[in-house]
Amino acid sequence: MVGYFIRRFLQSLLLIWIVLTITFFLMHLAPGDPMARYDHPDISPETVRMMREQLGLDRPVLEQYFRWAGSFVTGDFGTSLRYNRPVGELLKVAIPNTLRLTVASLFLYMVIGIMLGMVSAARRYSVFDRMTTVISLFLYSVPSFWLALMLILFFSLKLGVLPSSHIQSLDVSGLSGLQLFADRISHLILPAFVLGVASAAGLARYMRGSMIDVLKEDYIRTARAKGLPEGRVLMKHAFRNAAIPIVTIMGLSLPFLLGGAVIVEKIFSWPGMGGLMVDAIYTRDYPVVLAINFVVAVMVILGNLLADTGYALLDPRIRSGRRGR
Amino acid sequence: MENLLEVKGLRTEFMTEEGPACAVDNVSFVIGKGETVGLVGESGCGKSVTALSIMRLISDPPGRITAGSVLLDGRDLLALSPKEMRGVRGNDISIVFQEPLSSLNPVFTCGEQIREAISLHQGLGRKDSRAKAVEMLRLVRIPDPEKRYSDYPHQMSGGMRQRVMIAMALSCQPRLLIADEPSTALDVSVQAQIMELLLDLREEMEMSVLLITHDLSVVAQMVERVMVMYAGVIVEDASVSDLFSRPEHPYTEGLMASIPRLDVDVERLDVIPGRVPDPLRMPAGCRFSDRCPKRIDRCLLEEPPMFDTGGGHLARCWLSAPTP
Repeated sequence: MVGYFIRRFLQSLLLIWIVLTITFFLMHLAPGDPMARYDHPDISPETVRMMREQLGLDRPVLEQYFRWAGSFVTGDFGTSLRYNRPVGELLKVAIPNTLRLTVASLFLYMVIGIMLGMVSAARRYSVFDRMTTVISLFLYSVPSFWLALMLILFFSLKLGVLPSSHIQSLDVSGLSGLQLFADRISHLILPAFVLGVASAAGLARYMRGSMIDVLKEDYIRTARAKGLPEGRVLMKHAFRNAAIPIVTIMGLSLPFLLGGAVIVEKIFSWPGMGGLMVDAIYTRDYPVVLAINFVVAVMVILGNLLADTGYALLDPRIRSGRRGR
Repeated sequence: MENLLEVKGLRTEFMTEEGPACAVDNVSFVIGKGETVGLVGESGCGKSVTALSIMRLISDPPGRITAGSVLLDGRDLLALSPKEMRGVRGNDISIVFQEPLSSLNPVFTCGEQIREAISLHQGLGRKDSRAKAVEMLRLVRIPDPEKRYSDYPHQMSGGMRQRVMIAMALSCQPRLLIADEPSTALDVSVQAQIMELLLDLREEMEMSVLLITHDLSVVAQMVERVMVMYAGVIVEDASVSDLFSRPEHPYTEGLMASIPRLDVDVERLDVIPGRVPDPLRMPAGCRFSDRCPKRIDRCLLEEPPMFDTGGGHLARCWLSAPTP
């Protein structure tokens, strides 16, 4: 098991290096120039040239790559070309905000997806099942940006019950701890819903299918033949088997969740990595893009590692297979 | 002998796209206390559906028990609430299925799956039920039961898995054990061991056994009485010695002729020509009529009732009708 994790870790390092290298060259291949925004009558071309020299942007791409990579491995993510601040500082603010949103979404995603899927499977072809099917398909098909705008339109503008943007109210000075918490939760509801519940719809479909397959298995009949109550049959005997393929799907869906966060954060003006990423791409802020890509890659790899570990924990057949290797 | 189980007029249907198909039709039989009865027939004749109907484990939909009663000590199981029925399953009536690998949950240890039944029906705590489960593993002669308790089904051999299934079924001292082709999925050498184990345990635990098999030769050594089933109905019901010495129903004769024998030199085994009728298109008269070598005109028109040919030997055949 230890050897397995060491191997996985080394593979992950290699993977991250490949991802970042590709990103680096793609960014430089793409048209556009980080200095383009200084294209202004008041700024002399001479000044721009000097800035370019200072930032090393006049060097050959390969040299820039090695310079960037050299400082990157020492933990120095460089300086944002746009904000003129260390990238690390920007991330320090953005990462916790994004984590707050993604963890809340992931929670909604797992709980709602799994619950809906299980109940649908247990009450197959019931009114509940048909309704969740229709709603799931709807949520699964609509683009998240549209859903986000509609929710803002309805809950923020029409009903005025939920805030439409930002992580908390502008002025929170007079709020007690509990009030501040409630304020933050109310800001979290809409973006977390868009991100989590919309993807939960897809998970619910997978969970339903997996559960229905498992419920046909002989060992479910055995569990019933023992006299176990239906709830125990479902929650103990069926759930754990049905969850095995679902864990993989959840691991695979993590990149989509993080990718979706980019759009959702932008729409809800959420001060996280997503918004930062979009702006950085527009302004060709290379160091920021690369650093965010690095963080996302690490999260995705961790997510997959977690999924694989969960897989092995749930399925003893995989555990013993690994021991044997 | 006092009756333990009394099945009367049991009828189980399955919904198909072409309408309801009757898998078990008007099946009636009794099993006495401590008696071992065999239920024999080809695949698909309704043996397993009968067993699952007794335990009310037919999945609904598509299946449904539409008529009859199943009396266990006089109590009609078909009239019980789902909760009451759960108290019967695994406790008063247990079942051992054909395929031990798929019948055991792959993600729980064998011991846990036995322990669960014990703690459910006997209200024992984790420690006590575990000790009892280990005891059950020892009873079914699994070596080193303390250690094998923690084994997962995939870590055991086929024979061992079936022993685990038997331990699970017997863990609450049921009064009736239904063994649904318990040895069919196993190697021949292991088959005999499992059968022997069942025989021994039956004596030890003084329970009644309904042994379901497609193999008449297994029945001969194991049971006291045999019921032969064909296309959803019981066609013959007799003690083992009676059945083998004077089979009444032509279908039973056919089954016997198809048992391979070492003492008779034959070129090839006899087979019963034709196929089991489609449950959606049953013949109007006797269900065996289209395959029967002794068919008379009446067989095509009227379904025969059960005739008592003497000494409790029942046969559903016009040829067994008492001569007026």
